[in-house]
Amino acid sequence: MMTMNAPKNKLHPHKYSLWIAMASITMMFIGFTSAYVVKRSQANWLAFELPTIFYVSTVLILLSSLTIYLAGRQFKARNMSAYKQLITLTALLGIGFVVCQFMGFADLKSNGLPLSSTVSASFIYVIVGAHVLHVLGGVAVLMVMFVRAFRTRIRTYSTIPIEVASTYWHFVDGLWIYLLIFFSLAR
Amino acid sequence: MSNEAKPHSQDFHHHGHEDHGHEGHDHHGHDGHDHHHEETFISKYVFSMDHKMIAKQFLITGIIWAIIGAFFSVLFRLQLGFPDATFPWLESILGHWAEGGRITPEAYYALVTMHGTILVFFVLTAGLSGTFSNLLIPLQVGARDMASPFMNMLSYWFFFTASLVMMSSLFVQTGPASGGWTSYPPLSALGDASIGSKIGMDLWLISMALFVVSSLLGSLNYISTILNMRTKGMSMTKMPLTIWSFLFTAVLGVLSFPVLLSGFVLLLFDRHGGTSFYLSELFVQGKVLPNEGGSAILYQHLFWFLGHPEVYIIILPAMGMVSEILAVNSRKPIFGYLAMVGSMFAITVLAFLVWAHHMFVTGLNPFLGAFFVLLTLLIAVPSAIKVFNWITTIWRGNIRFTPASLFSIGFVSTFISGGLTGIWLGNSAIDIHLHDTYFVIAHFHIVMGVSAFFGMFAGVYHWFPKMYGRYMNQTLGFIHFWITLVGAYLIFWPMHYQGMAGMPRRYFDYSNWASFNQFEGLNAFISFVVIIVFATQLLFVFNFFYSIFKGRKLTTTNPWAATTLEWTTPINPGHGNWPGEIPEVHRWAYDYSKDGKDFIPQTVPVSPDESGH
Repeated sequence: MMTMNAPKNKLHPHKYSLWIAMASITMMFIGFTSAYVVKRSQANWLAFELPTIFYVSTVLILLSSLTIYLAGRQFKARNMSAYKQLITLTALLGIGFVVCQFMGFADLKSNGLPLSSTVSASFIYVIVGAHVLHVLGGVAVLMVMFVRAFRTRIRTYSTIPIEVASTYWHFVDGLWIYLLIFFSLAR
Repeated sequence: MSNEAKPHSQDFHHHGHEDHGHEGHDHHGHDGHDHHHEETFISKYVFSMDHKMIAKQFLITGIIWAIIGAFFSVLFRLQLGFPDATFPWLESILGHWAEGGRITPEAYYALVTMHGTILVFFVLTAGLSGTFSNLLIPLQVGARDMASPFMNMLSYWFFFTASLVMMSSLFVQTGPASGGWTSYPPLSALGDASIGSKIGMDLWLISMALFVVSSLLGSLNYISTILNMRTKGMSMTKMPLTIWSFLFTAVLGVLSFPVLLSGFVLLLFDRHGGTSFYLSELFVQGKVLPNEGGSAILYQHLFWFLGHPEVYIIILPAMGMVSEILAVNSRKPIFGYLAMVGSMFAITVLAFLVWAHHMFVTGLNPFLGAFFVLLTLLIAVPSAIKVFNWITTIWRGNIRFTPASLFSIGFVSTFISGGLTGIWLGNSAIDIHLHDTYFVIAHFHIVMGVSAFFGMFAGVYHWFPKMYGRYMNQTLGFIHFWITLVGAYLIFWPMHYQGMAGMPRRYFDYSNWASFNQFEGLNAFISFVVIIVFATQLLFVFNFFYSIFKGRKLTTTNPWAATTLEWTTPINPGHGNWPGEIPEVHRWAYDYSKDGKDFIPQTVPVSPDESGH
């Protein structure tokens, strides 16, 4: 056994990969928002109020972070029916968030700010849209875990998948909070 | 169950950390490792999750792209060298793109653009880092495979798909993208701007987006493998410099490619969503465009925020491999190991802080420019440290001249001569004169193109025995090296003078331009050498493929008498790399000519009476 590693509190490789992926996604949004900042300092910048429904979606995604946290705790307690309910709820809240974002887009459009109207509006569509795609990615992961939780032949005891999903979910939540604050401050 | 978790990571096995029903890759590793389960042709050669096979896939795909990309340069050099001549065979391969045997201006721009795109991304990023990070990381850190072999496989297949899309763009009616490899708007944003801005540009963007995904999946794996899956005893400071270089390369990729992607997303919206991120007050074909409020310079910022780290993504793996190959073939420890690591780290950090030196003449605030000049010139410091250390590594060494070591020495040569001109171009005042001239072409081709290729060739010659269990032919290797080295200098050295004379790049025909008539003969000479050097590369390709099947077979597991772990595996390692336990590491990778011994492998415990280093 001389080749074995001494016990260490090492991060699981999948968790590590997730952190690097999140750094990478963060860089993409830094790219977007710094483009926004550069553009904003130039002429012809039109400022406008964010659609109010974006605040509703903020509440939904914050709630979903709470539910996925609770889901993780139920999983560890092997309380599988509560776990299933909670990840379903999380996924539904996620979908609710996405629907709200699209309602926000509709709101902008009906106020005379479609995608191609002005650069400041175009940025909202593109950046919020890119974030929505990342939330949908999280929803897809939750669906896979939902199906897995119903498998009876293969049981999963590893907490790694739920931990990875949960970290990612908190990350897209935090990303949205950042974007909301950013859009509110840098209008 | 413990058997199943074994190839995945030794940690899980030992501590009974059960990882039930994890992804399929556990199963796969199990198959390959124990050799009692037959792999199908598909799972072994096509959708392989073995990092060694994925490395070969990257390499061979890269070789195919390199032939295409280099051939394109031969075609446009024919135009530049012999603008009045006609080559009827051109019309038979290019059709209406070369009517009457002379390539059209549109075809010329498409060839230049594709040459740049292919070489920078598909060959020197995917083909170089994709190949050697995949091959060497698990082998040299002592891991059975990557952290996620499945993602690793996806990384190759995203690259393959990106390749297919890019390849298909060569065959569409309006031709591939032709606005330069940088794809600056408005040329790239407006379909009506040129024929290369139509469907070819869309395919270019789609292909590049897929390429970014491939690169991210790969880099993620490289980082988590290096940081998580090292064997016992392999502390970070015991890692070979190759691994350090792959780590920094991956970090650069992970942090800079996403920014490029965001730039591409905005560009796609400008093309198809009617937005005006990069467009403002434009006339195309006599019509005023409705777009207002955009800034084309914004794209340049986003592009070069990747674009500059990209050149280090290309050169760092070459640096790492050259360090390793020079130490092995000089039979001496690498000089200044920690200084090498530190300077690579410095380069990685500075890479993110110098992008605007590509934009000195875009109307950038000169005050801001001064900072970018300073930071750019700072890169000369770590680069000089590295050069010094390579030279002191081979100084008074017992040098073995193999094709790999020659190419490594050639790398040091081209890196110096190309790097010095970087100091010229990094000065914003000199850059006003030299910007967009042949001087720039000479600079980046020598320091990035030729050097990175030399690093890649060195790597292929050196690790070919590990990849295929055979040697490549040495004589052909020597011929390849000398013609390529001399040829590369003959091609690019004169371009410095052309550039200083003010000859701008990206022109189709200079013959009506009296100032540059003096270069007529020189242009023809350069083109002539290009053809010879290209033919020599085909010799390498022949050598490569011939040696896979007919090369001299390896009789020992450690043909170069090297210290690193990859040479402790069997000649043809299976999936899982080591048939038994993964060896433990006791020392750094550079114990050559120590205490009267030629070399001491990393797996040998340090004896009490051994001298320190």
